[in-house]
Amino acid sequence: MHVPDGFIDAPTSLAAGAVAVMGVGLCLRGARRELNERTAPLAGLVAAFVFAAQMLNFPVASGTSGHLLGGVLAAILVGPFTGALAVTTVLLVQALLFADGGLTALGVNIVTMAFVTVAFGYPFFRLLAWAMPRRRDLLPVAAAVAALVSVPVASLVFVGFYSVGGTVDLSVSSVAAAMVGVHLFIGIGEAVITGLTVASVITVRPDLVYGARGLLPRAQLELRIPTPSTAASGGQP
Amino acid sequence: MNPGSRSRRDIGVLMGFLVAALLLAGVVSYYASGDPDGLNKVAIDKQFASSEQPHDLDDSPLAGYATTGVDDERFSGGLAGVIGVAVTLVVAGGVASLIRRREPQETRPGATSGPSA
Repeated sequence: MHVPDGFIDAPTSLAAGAVAVMGVGLCLRGARRELNERTAPLAGLVAAFVFAAQMLNFPVASGTSGHLLGGVLAAILVGPFTGALAVTTVLLVQALLFADGGLTALGVNIVTMAFVTVAFGYPFFRLLAWAMPRRRDLLPVAAAVAALVSVPVASLVFVGFYSVGGTVDLSVSSVAAAMVGVHLFIGIGEAVITGLTVASVITVRPDLVYGARGLLPRAQLELRIPTPSTAASGGQP
Repeated sequence: MNPGSRSRRDIGVLMGFLVAALLLAGVVSYYASGDPDGLNKVAIDKQFASSEQPHDLDDSPLAGYATTGVDDERFSGGLAGVIGVAVTLVVAGGVASLIRRREPQETRPGATSGPSA
C-alpha cells in the first residue's frame, strides 16, 4: 500500500507529514513507558522482521499482490507506541534506501500504514482478547482478526487522503469499494502471518508478548506434587 | 526468578526473529510475487496510475530492492534485503534503547526493586 509520489497533492501530503511528525513525537514519549532493557532489542528485531516480511508480496486475486503491513503484529509484540515506531522505521528505510514509497508521500504512508493499523488494530485486539476466554491459544486468533480488519481500515484512510488531495478527479466511492475489496484479501495474508508469529512467540515466551499483559493468568510455574495415582502411572505418558 | 537466566532465554526469541528476518529478506524474497500490489492495481483499474511521479532516489544503489553492481538477480535482491534488515534493526533498536536509556536507570532511593505498575 506504499503510496508513490504524485498520487496525493502537495498540501495534503504536507498536512499528512505534519501529522506524522506529531505522531512520532507522541510515540517516542509513549514508547518510553513500554521499553525496558529486555524489550528494546526485541523492538529492533520486530522492526527488522516487519521489513523482511514486507518484501514478500503474496498473490491475491487476479494479477494482484499484497504484503504484510505489520502494525498490529508489532503493537502486540512490543506495545502500540513502540510498534508504530517500528513500522515507521521500516517505512523510512524503504523510502530512503530502496525508493519504495514516495518521499513526499512519507507522511501519508506513515499515517496509514504505521499509525492507523496500530491505533485501530491494537485496541480492537485487546477488546477481542478481553471478550474471549482467557486462553493462551486464543490470543493469536484475536491477533489475526484484528490484523485482518486493520488492512481494509488503512486502505480506507488512504481513500480519505485521496478524497481530499487526490491528483486525479475520481468517484471516491468507487475507489473506496475497489480499495476495501482488494485489501480484504490482503488482510487474510496479514491475519495468517500475524496469527502465526504471535502464536510462535506466545508458545515459548508469553511474558514477552506486550499485548498479552493482564490477559493471561500470571502464574507460570505450578507446583506438581506427585499423588499416588500419578506416581502409580509412572508420571510419564 | 533469576534475571540472568531470563535474559539468556530471551536470546532464543531474539535469534528466532533475526534468523527469520534474514531468511525472508535474503532468500525467500526472491520468490515474492511481482504483480502490482493492492493500491497499484486499483490505481491501474481506476486510471490514476499515470499520476505517479518517478521516485527521487530511483538512482540510489539499493533502489527497487536491487543492489547496484550485482548482476545475479537472486543475489542482488537478497543482498539488498539483508542490508535493509540490518539497517532497520540498527535504527529501530537504536531508537528503542536511546529512549529507554534516557529514563532514570536506577530506582529512586528508598524505592523497592520489586515490580511496579
